[in-house]
Amino acid sequence: MKIAITSSGDSTDAKFDLRFGRAAYFCVYDTSNGSTQFIANEQCDAQGGAGTKAAEKMIELGVKRIISGDFGPKAKDLLNQFKIQMVMLDDANSTVGVIIDKLSV
Amino acid sequence: MPRRRRLRKIVAPPGFKGFRPYGHIKNNRVVELNYEEYEAIKLADYDNMNQEEACKLMGISRATFARIYESARQKIAKSLVESCEFKTVFGNAHLDDDWYVCNACHARFNLPDDNSKDCPICKSDAIEPIIKKMK
Repeated sequence: MKIAITSSGDSTDAKFDLRFGRAAYFCVYDTSNGSTQFIANEQCDAQGGAGTKAAEKMIELGVKRIISGDFGPKAKDLLNQFKIQMVMLDDANSTVGVIIDKLSV
Repeated sequence: MPRRRRLRKIVAPPGFKGFRPYGHIKNNRVVELNYEEYEAIKLADYDNMNQEEACKLMGISRATFARIYESARQKIAKSLVESCEFKTVFGNAHLDDDWYVCNACHARFNLPDDNSKDCPICKSDAIEPIIKKMK
């Protein structure tokens, strides 16, 4: 299963990003082989529609679960339609690596 | 920084985008009615609930419900008296889907597939629906 985690940088040492549509990077973690892939988010400075575009990207990538700080109403609606699980975490201080460790236990 | 607004739960968004008067002198005034205000009117006046029941459904306190309901009535009255249209806008609404919170790691999440009943982060089964926590 593929899990996307919003990240502020392109390594597992980077801080977890609390925003979904305007996160700097998406870390796609594959539970079947433990690989991670970092994808830059072109929408991170967008004026509007970032959440929708990010959600579309997630659907394209075949992600089944997204971990972020919060989701906008449009992104929520779209992700609900495609039955993608949304997880909201509040800990802004943990890194992407820490979250992946938690997931792989 | 003010306290973050608690999201108001909405069972279903209104089935229209707005209401417009007819046969009046044209004006460009618009009143914006939030989804939660529509929901408050619906619960209190259409479903004839008392505020105690209605506020639980929306996941807010009774006082907040009363405030939203009051503001909804004022907006609708304004729209009637000043013959201006009203539009429905999203506001602070949260559409009623099932969100859960994990008591072990405080992650909030939804469960699109109903077979799993544990936390996606820490695999704990100490989860409960968010809406019951709001009292």
